[in-house]
Amino acid sequence: MVLIYIDQDDQEIKKASYEAISYGAALAKQLGTSAEALLLGTVKDNIADLGKYGASKVHQVNNIALNSFDARVNANVIAEAAKALGASVVIFAHNVNGKAIAPAVSVKLGAGIVTGACALPKTDVGFVVTKTVFSGKAFASIQIDTPVKVISINQNSFGIEVGDGSATVANLDVAVPTSSIKITSVDKIQGEVPLTEASLVVSGGRGLKGPENWGILLDLAKALGASTACSRPVSDSDWRPHHEHVGQTGLQIAPNLYIAIGISGAIQHLAGVNRSKTIVVINKDPEAPFFKAADYGVVGDAFEVVPALTAAILKSKGGA
Amino acid sequence: MKILVCISKTPDTTAKIAFAEGNTKFDENGVQWIINPYDEWYSLVKAIELKEKDATVAIHLVTVGGADTEPIIRKALALGGDEAIRVNNTSNDSLVVAQEIAAIAKEGAYDLILTGKETIDYNSASIGSMLCALLDQNFISAAVKLEVNGSSITVTREIEGGEETCETSLPAIISCQKGMAEQRIPNMRGIMAARTKPLKVVEASITTATTSIKNFDLPPAKSGVKLVDPANMDELVRLLKEEAKVI
Ligand SMILES: Cc1cc2nc3c(=O)[nH]c(=O)nc-3n(C[C@H](O)[C@H](O)[C@H](O)COP(=O)(O)OP(=O)(O)OC[C@H]3O[C@@H](n4cnc5c(N)ncnc54)[C@H](O)[C@@H]3O)c2cc1C
Ligand SMILES: Nc1ncnc2c1ncn2[C@@H]1O[C@H](COP(=O)(O)O)[C@@H](O)[C@H]1O
Repeated sequence: MVLIYIDQDDQEIKKASYEAISYGAALAKQLGTSAEALLLGTVKDNIADLGKYGASKVHQVNNIALNSFDARVNANVIAEAAKALGASVVIFAHNVNGKAIAPAVSVKLGAGIVTGACALPKTDVGFVVTKTVFSGKAFASIQIDTPVKVISINQNSFGIEVGDGSATVANLDVAVPTSSIKITSVDKIQGEVPLTEASLVVSGGRGLKGPENWGILLDLAKALGASTACSRPVSDSDWRPHHEHVGQTGLQIAPNLYIAIGISGAIQHLAGVNRSKTIVVINKDPEAPFFKAADYGVVGDAFEVVPALTAAILKSKGGA
Repeated sequence: MKILVCISKTPDTTAKIAFAEGNTKFDENGVQWIINPYDEWYSLVKAIELKEKDATVAIHLVTVGGADTEPIIRKALALGGDEAIRVNNTSNDSLVVAQEIAAIAKEGAYDLILTGKETIDYNSASIGSMLCALLDQNFISAAVKLEVNGSSITVTREIEGGEETCETSLPAIISCQKGMAEQRIPNMRGIMAARTKPLKVVEASITTATTSIKNFDLPPAKSGVKLVDPANMDELVRLLKEEAKVI
């Protein structure tokens, strides 16, 4: 059985978990077994709806202590659940919480693990999982040599497949260790889609000259309904908040569309964004390295091009 | 307080990524090696900051790797580690590395273990979490802030779309990222002192790997950028809608 961990935040199922179920369901089909989900704690969402993404059953450890995240406790509970249910593969999203617990679960299950997988395993000979390495600059195919396997999948690498199934929900009794971590505050950026989950991202670099010029970028992001990002020098100079920094030493993202404005395309920047499906580069220097990694390029002054693009988008929306 | 900082060696961020031996090995030809940036800039400097506030803090470094990791370890000592341990194991199976570190950690009875968020070569983001299971200690990942007050700590970690702050007690394992500390450059005095700081070599004890790398691939080259006239943004919108189908 393929068991998929459902990650929640403040009692809401995270989008990354739907993708993990779709991936787990496709793998289960390939292996001729069932895909079942594991939920810790309680959520406001309708749990049976997880069937739409391919889970035939949802096992719920119905203990509200699990609504706040503790890596040690969660890993213990998931490993016990996986053993009790006899899971042969356990799937996680490679998001913040998945990264914190999937490796611990693999230790407890004596299972080999591949983190950051970007495709379904090849299972005709052995069990080989492809993952991104060197911050997206290459792929490695890794064989897992243990009977039980753990995989975490890169966000936005497989896609969410929605059908019309409904899952049966069952309570699962697993001992929950006491947490010794007390969460004292949560600070969320209001009203914005988290960068790692965003499908459209507009990003700015030093070419915008200063924080006072970000208005044109924010207008474009608003017209598109996109989230905003920036290059490292921009966040280092406090033109933009640190959580917008993408790249090798910042967030690694894989949106459907990444628009880079006034960013040169240094290798360390590309490492954070090169898994984006479509890249648009707006730069006044035709020799900027970013153009080599781009699908569409506009050689021009951002201060003219960006407002014109915003206007064109608004026009196309108005006309649609 | 005793702190163990896990130091790994990675290719320089501008290194050319190429593969050898039928795409089964990373081509190390001409590659410059550095301390993994997360380990150097954030975990190690954070440990140094804690020691600057409290001189009784001892900073031990651990690396799992061959003799070729020693220049990296010396640099980390020059920045401010007190002593270092190298486990002579060249495996790149995360579980093997984590088990070697766990053995060192148990023996040293550390109050705090710091790792980087991930290595920039294999991007596993696994060692901290594995140590959590191997040592049965609290683990807080992707930390951007850490304060120590006696035996209790306050840690802020990244969550999707924000940050979460929590309190717990030592011992604990923390994986560090940007925000934790500011990058530093070793000074001459540090470099001289590092030459005589203890660097102990421990033989490998774990040999069974759970995974094996079969081969590497480079992503297919982009077919080439399609340039759009800056005076015709309607065309770019059309392409994004009809060709790329992303908006
Ligand atoms: C170990 C290490 C890790 C790093 N990690 C990261 C990372 O995670 N993320 C990251 O981003 N960087 C990282 N860097 C830094 C990276 O090497 C580059 O310095 C940085 O990405 C450059 O940022 P930029 O493109 O905004 O600025 P610049 O390189 O200064 O580029 C500005 C660009 O704007 C263009 N421009 C100027 N004016 C206009 C205009 N009016 N209209 C249009 N275009 C204009 C210019 O032609 C130029 O291409 C790292 C560096 C190191 C050494
Ligand atoms: N070979 C190693 N020796 C010591 N520490 C390591 C080693 N590999 C990884 N680490 C530590 O674990 C962190 C996460 O690495 P990884 O799980 O490999 O992505 C790194 O930032 C280091 O702090």
